[in-house]
Amino acid sequence: MSTAIEQPTPDSGGLAPDTVVTPTRSAGTRKLPIILGVLTIALAIVLLRSGHSGKTRFQLAVDSDFVQLPDIVVPSGPTAWVMVVISLALTGESVRRMLAHLRQPIWIPIAFAIAWMSGFLSWAAADSRILVVSLLGGAVALAVPLVFGALGGVLGERAGVVNIAIEGQLLLGAFAAAIAASTTGSPWAGLIAAAVAGALVALVLGLFAITYFVDQVIVGVVLNVLVLGLTNFLFRQVLTPNADTLNSPDRFQRLPIPILGDIPLIGPILFRQTPLVYLLYIVVVVVAYALYRTRWGLRVRAVGEHPKAADTVGIKVNRTRYRTILLAGAIAGMGGAYYSLVSVSQFNREMTGGAGYIALAAVIFGKWDPIRATLAALLFGFATNLQGVLSAIGSPVPSQFMLMLPYLVTIFAVAGLVGRSRPPAADGVPYRQQ
Amino acid sequence: MRLVLRGITKRFGSVVANDSISLTVEPGEIHCLLGENGAGKSTLMNVLYGLYKADEGEIELDGVVQHFTGPGDAMAAGIGMVHQHFMLIPVFTVAENVMLGNESTGFAGNLDLDAARDRVTEISDRFGFAVRPEAVVEDLPVGVQQRVEIIKALSRDAELLVFDEPTAVLTPQETDELMDIMRQLKEAGKAIVFITHKLREVREVADRITVIRHGKVVGEADPQASNAELASMMVGRPVELVVQKAAPTLGEEAFVVKDLRVVDAAGHTQVDGISFTIRAGEVLAVAGVQGNGQTELTEAIMGLQDDTSGSITLDGIELVGKSVRKVLDSGVGFIPEDRQVDGLVPGFTIAENLMLNRSFRSPFVKNGALRIGALRAFAQQKLTEYDVRARDIDSLAANLSGGNQQKVVVARELSRDLRLLVAAQPTRGVDVGSIEFIHKQVVATRDSGIPVLVVSTELDEVVALADRIMVLYRGQIVGIVPADTPRETLGLMMTGERPTDLKDVAV
Repeated sequence: MSTAIEQPTPDSGGLAPDTVVTPTRSAGTRKLPIILGVLTIALAIVLLRSGHSGKTRFQLAVDSDFVQLPDIVVPSGPTAWVMVVISLALTGESVRRMLAHLRQPIWIPIAFAIAWMSGFLSWAAADSRILVVSLLGGAVALAVPLVFGALGGVLGERAGVVNIAIEGQLLLGAFAAAIAASTTGSPWAGLIAAAVAGALVALVLGLFAITYFVDQVIVGVVLNVLVLGLTNFLFRQVLTPNADTLNSPDRFQRLPIPILGDIPLIGPILFRQTPLVYLLYIVVVVVAYALYRTRWGLRVRAVGEHPKAADTVGIKVNRTRYRTILLAGAIAGMGGAYYSLVSVSQFNREMTGGAGYIALAAVIFGKWDPIRATLAALLFGFATNLQGVLSAIGSPVPSQFMLMLPYLVTIFAVAGLVGRSRPPAADGVPYRQQ
Repeated sequence: MRLVLRGITKRFGSVVANDSISLTVEPGEIHCLLGENGAGKSTLMNVLYGLYKADEGEIELDGVVQHFTGPGDAMAAGIGMVHQHFMLIPVFTVAENVMLGNESTGFAGNLDLDAARDRVTEISDRFGFAVRPEAVVEDLPVGVQQRVEIIKALSRDAELLVFDEPTAVLTPQETDELMDIMRQLKEAGKAIVFITHKLREVREVADRITVIRHGKVVGEADPQASNAELASMMVGRPVELVVQKAAPTLGEEAFVVKDLRVVDAAGHTQVDGISFTIRAGEVLAVAGVQGNGQTELTEAIMGLQDDTSGSITLDGIELVGKSVRKVLDSGVGFIPEDRQVDGLVPGFTIAENLMLNRSFRSPFVKNGALRIGALRAFAQQKLTEYDVRARDIDSLAANLSGGNQQKVVVARELSRDLRLLVAAQPTRGVDVGSIEFIHKQVVATRDSGIPVLVVSTELDEVVALADRIMVLYRGQIVGIVPADTPRETLGLMMTGERPTDLKDVAV
C-alpha cells in the first residue's frame, strides 16, 4: 500500500503565508442558526398546542404623553403565526449564511428577538393588553443593580481581580444606603454610603486576593456569605428594633427629564426614571470611555493582561489593582442602593437575592466589555420584568416557569452561546513581585 | 552612557545568585555576558533594571551612583531592556505597547495615540524596522515583536540597552538581522549588554566578553577566542562540543508516518498532511522555528491530540486512535518539550517521577499497591547512573535545576524497553554539561537499534544529532535533507523556502 507523498509546497493547504491565521469558527457560526431554529420551533409548538383566539392590545403610550401614540390591537393567533413565519425566514437567512460561510451580522439576532418576542407576547397576552412602556421601562429599572454590578465586575476583572464579591457589595451597599439615608434624611447620602460600603468589601477582597495571594474565587464567595450573615445579624439586632430611625429612608423619586422625557415611546422608557438610572447612564459612558481612551484605562488593561510587562515599564501593578477594585466596589455598591432607596424604602434581609451572581454572568456574557456587559444586564433585567408582567396579566405560562426565565437566560448566556469570549489573560492571577 | 557595576551581590535565601560581580560597559560597545543557564546573568540584569534589589554593591551611570526602587527608575535613568520573554501585551497594538507607562495624554488623561504612532514610525524608519504602529502584537512574528521591544526601549531615550537571551526564539535569519540592528545601535553610540550562552553569536558581535559562572565573574575573554576556549571557561572544564557518533547502522523502516494531519482545538490545521519514515538505528531530527507543527506532531504520536487523521505505524502497529497508555505500552519513549508542564510533577519526589508512566503494574505496582522497595532501589540506581545532582531520591523535582530535572525525565523514558524515542527539545534550558550527557544518551539509544525522532529549534542540536534532517514550516515538510546540509540552506528552509536544487534523501 503506497500513497503518494504530498508535495510540500508551503503555499498549499489552509494556511496562507504572511497573513494572520484566523480560526475557522465552525462552531461559532453554527450556533446561531441552531438557536434560532430551536426557538422558532418551540414557539410554533406552543401555538399549535394551545392556540388562542382573541385580540392582544399593545399599548405604546402612557396617559401623560405629549404625543399620544395609538394602541396597536392585533388578533392574537394570526399575529403570532405571522411572527413565527418571520422568525423562520430569519432562521433561513442565518442557515444560508452558515452554508455560504458568511459572517452572521448582528441584525439577524436583533430582528429575530423582536419578531419572536412579539409573537410570544401576542400569544401570551391574548384578550389582554401589554403596556410596552412599563415592560421595557421596568426592565431598565430592574437592570439597574445588575448593570452597576456588572460594571464593577468588568473593571475588577480587566485589572486582573475576579470580583465574585459583587453580591456582597450590592447587599452591603443596600444596607448602608438604608441606614445613611434614614439618619440623614437624604437618599443622596445613602447613595454615597452605598458606594463606600461596596468599596469596603472590595478592600477586604483586595487585601486577601492582591496582598496575600488567596484564591480570588474563594475569597469572593466567602465575602458574599460574610456580608449576608453580617447584614442578617444587624438587621435583626439593630434595624428591626429601631426601624423608625434607622430603616425608613426617603426614596429616590422619579424625575422626568424635560424634552427627552417627552419623546414618544423612548422618553417614558429611558427618561422618566429615578436619578439613580440617570447616574447609571453617566457611569456606563464614563467607564467605557475611561477604559479604552485614557491613560488610566490603558494601564488597568495592561495590569490585567500581563502584569509583569506593566511592572517592567514602571507601572505599580498591585497599587493599580487596588485602586481599580476599590472603584469597582464603589460602583457595585451604588447598585445596591437601588434595593433600599428605589425598589422599596427599607432594607430587608437578603434583598439582593443573588443579583450579584447574575451581574457576574453579565460580565462574561458581555465579554468583559462595559457596553456589552451593560446590554447583557439589560437583557437579564428584561427577562425578570417579563416574568413579572406576564404573571400580572395572568398569562397561560405557569408562573414557576417564568420565575426560572432570568436564570435560564443566564445559564445559556454563560454556556457560551454568544461565541468565544476571552477573559483578560491575567484574570484571577495574583501578581508576586520578586 | 558608561555603566559601572561594583561588587553586586544578590542572595535568594541561602543561594548566592550574584557574588560580588563587577563590570564596566562603555558607550558604543557591545559587551557580552556569557554564561550557562543559571549562572546568574539574568539576575544581574534584573538588579540593574531595578526588578531586584541588590544585597550589596552599587550601580553607577556616568559616574553617578544610582538607587533604583523599580524598573521605572532604571528607565528614567536611560536603561532599556529587551527581555527574553517579551514584556509586551499581546492584545495591545504596537503603539499602545510602546506608549504604556510613558503615555502622552491630552485633556483629562485622554490618550494621545497619534503621538505614539508617530513616535513608533519615526524610530522604526530610522533603523529600518518596518513595524506598523497599528498592528496588534499577538499577530506579529516573534522577530518583529522583538523589534517592538527595542522600539519601546528607544522611545524612552535609552542609552544603555540590555538584550537578555534575545536569539532564543529567533530563526537564523532573524538572528542575523538582530545582529545588524545591534551593530547599528552601537554605531549610534548606545552601550549594549548582550546576554547569551550561544558561542557563535558572541564571537560575531562582541567587543568585549565577560564570562560568568556560578554567580561569579570568571574573567574576560577575547572575542577572537575559539568556541572550545569559551565553552571551557563557561563550564569550568573542557567540554566536548561535538557529539561523537559513529555512522548509523540502519535497520528496517520501523516508524512510518503517512498523511498525518492534526487540527488543534481552535480549528487550526497544525500538521498538514506530512509523511516520513525513520529506520531502526537512525535519528531523524526535525528542524524549524517554534510553532510550525512540531509540538502537535510529537503529541499526535503520543496520542495527545484529539483531531488526528492519517496513519502512524511503529513496527507495523497503528498508533493513531490509541490511548496514550497504549502508545506508551507499545514502547514509545517521550521526552516532552516542556518538562515543567508535561514531563514532571514538580511536587513529586524524584522516585515518584521516575515511575509516572509505569503506574499500573509491575515492576512498581502489585495488586494495586506501590512496591516502595522496588521503586526506591530503582530510583537510587538511576540517580547514580544518570548523574542526577540531588540530595537523595526523596528530593522534590521542583527543587532540581533544569538540567537535573531533564535527566530525571530522560532516565525514566530510557529505562523502559523502547521501540521508539521521541525527544522534543531535549536540552532546552539545560546547562552545557547536561547537554553533553543527554546527547550521548540519545546517540546510545540510536546505536542500540531504536528509531529516534528529535525535535529541536536549536540548529546546533539538530545538526549534532541528526542522521537526516526534516524541516517543518507551517505544518508541512519543506524537505528532508542530509545531516551535512549547510546551515544557510537549513535557515532558508526554516522560512519555508525550498532551494530549487535541493534533493530529498530517501531512507
